[in-house]
Amino acid sequence: MDQLITYLQYPFVVYAMIVGCLIALCSSLLGVTLVLKRFSFIGDGLSHVAFGALAIASVLKMNNQMIVILPLTMISAILLLRAGQKTQIRGDAALAMISVGALAFGYLILNLFSSSPNLTGDVCSTLFGSTSILTLTRQEVIMCACMSLAVIILFVLLYNRIFAVTFDEDFAKATGVRADIHNLIIAIVIAVIIVVAMSLVGALLISALVVFPALSAMRLYRTFRAVTICSAVISVVCAFIGIVISILAGTPVGSTIVAIDVIVFFICWICGQLTGSYNR
Amino acid sequence: MALITVKDLAVGYETGIVASDINFEVNTGDYLCIVGENGSGKSTLMKTLLRLQDPIRGEIVTGDGLTRGEIGYLPQQTQIQKDFPASVREVVLSGCQGRLGWRPFYGAFEKQAAQKNMERMGIASLASRSYRELSGGQQQRVLLARALCAAEKVLLLDEPVSGLDPVVTAEMYGLIEKLNREGITIIMISHDISAAIHSASHILHVAKTAWFGTKEDYRSTHIGQRFLGQEGGRT
Ligand SMILES: Nc1ncnc2c1ncn2[C@@H]1O[C@H](COP(=O)(O)OP(=O)(O)OP(=O)(O)O)[C@@H](O)[C@H]1O
Ligand SMILES: [Mg+2]
Repeated sequence: MDQLITYLQYPFVVYAMIVGCLIALCSSLLGVTLVLKRFSFIGDGLSHVAFGALAIASVLKMNNQMIVILPLTMISAILLLRAGQKTQIRGDAALAMISVGALAFGYLILNLFSSSPNLTGDVCSTLFGSTSILTLTRQEVIMCACMSLAVIILFVLLYNRIFAVTFDEDFAKATGVRADIHNLIIAIVIAVIIVVAMSLVGALLISALVVFPALSAMRLYRTFRAVTICSAVISVVCAFIGIVISILAGTPVGSTIVAIDVIVFFICWICGQLTGSYNR
Repeated sequence: MALITVKDLAVGYETGIVASDINFEVNTGDYLCIVGENGSGKSTLMKTLLRLQDPIRGEIVTGDGLTRGEIGYLPQQTQIQKDFPASVREVVLSGCQGRLGWRPFYGAFEKQAAQKNMERMGIASLASRSYRELSGGQQQRVLLARALCAAEKVLLLDEPVSGLDPVVTAEMYGLIEKLNREGITIIMISHDISAAIHSASHILHVAKTAWFGTKEDYRSTHIGQRFLGQEGGRT
């Protein structure tokens, strides 16, 4: 406890926590839509693309790596959502191809061209997140905060539309909702979240952040609003606890948060089973 | 001018034409029933009418100032997943989405419309229940209330009674007839030809060559007699 208080005296630790919670909040908000649209794996595929893009960016020695990563991830997000709508199988295969391909090329490029003395460490931290949230730079923190806020505002403004299109896309289109533009926005937002979240939990663990809170909330609640709010709360609480534990115990941030998400999911699942059997 | 005029329409997918030479018109207050065998292209025609897909040939002209936002739709099978968390009120309100335009939130007007339509369909007491825990008949009513939120002028219904028991089916037809008497134009796909012929004013028989006319004429045509006879023999 003392240790935690000492840490909290550094404003920087507090900032890092805020950013962690914001990222968790964003990813859980869109998680509900992705899970319901059967797009859970898009998060995973996109994070691999982001890893590949990161590899390119670091080999090119760019100062601002976002210039490469963000557009590449966005384009893949748009392509994947398109493919996923046509037929289930084609979308699935496209996803697998892109994600594994990007991963392989990313690692290859890094190995061939990188001059970093600690290559394995670099790769490990982009895949599984930084070992300590304290290694985030100030610039990263500010950028994360801005992007997260933008995503949250966008989500609130689009909330009703997201429900309509997720629930029944054909009906929404038939009654004059511009579902294509909507899907485009969703794809872009997902890409932003993936890129932002990569610095927290790393490329391989992002989809956990997206999927678990939504699944947990769906065990407990039966309306869209309740599920959305509940998954946001679960996600933020898990992220907070995870960051605290990781600071105290010195465990890697990303995997600690995800481990707590998993535990919470099982608790919710059991609760859901219990209340479910009462209702029936 | 008719509400919807369809001229020499052919509908289908990239894989080919499903039904062609479709000609008909719908006027305000009509009750058009679309019949035809499985796979004859009824749902495809309806999706084309809704502009969810493009016609292969021919044209659809809307008149009387009918715009897209004034058409309500009840899909045949919704791809709505079994585990989708949504309350009845949320589902019905989502019918108003098309009217919102660029406004982000529902206002008092939309909420009132949703409430009114839930009462109309007799589901106001279910408003905060979860959609997926309702019976099939209740779910259809919810979707009908949602369609009504989207449109006051025209309703397109794709097999609104499939999977419902006879009592609920009769109730559903009663509701639709009531809406028609209130002045809403109905275009409905149905397999239940006897019930359809009972309440409809016009019939469109979708086949390789489509047939359109009033229900009185339909009874006397060859195709109509065969289709009616078949149905009569089965039930
Ligand atoms: N997405 C699609 N792509 C290609 N062909 C399709 C598609 N959907 C339907 N079809 C084909 O178009 C034909 C007409 O289908 P449609 O769903 O319009 O029939 P229907 O008259 O509504 O039948 P039912 O009475 O069973 O509802 C069928 O032969 C079907 O195989
Ligand atoms: Mg059909």
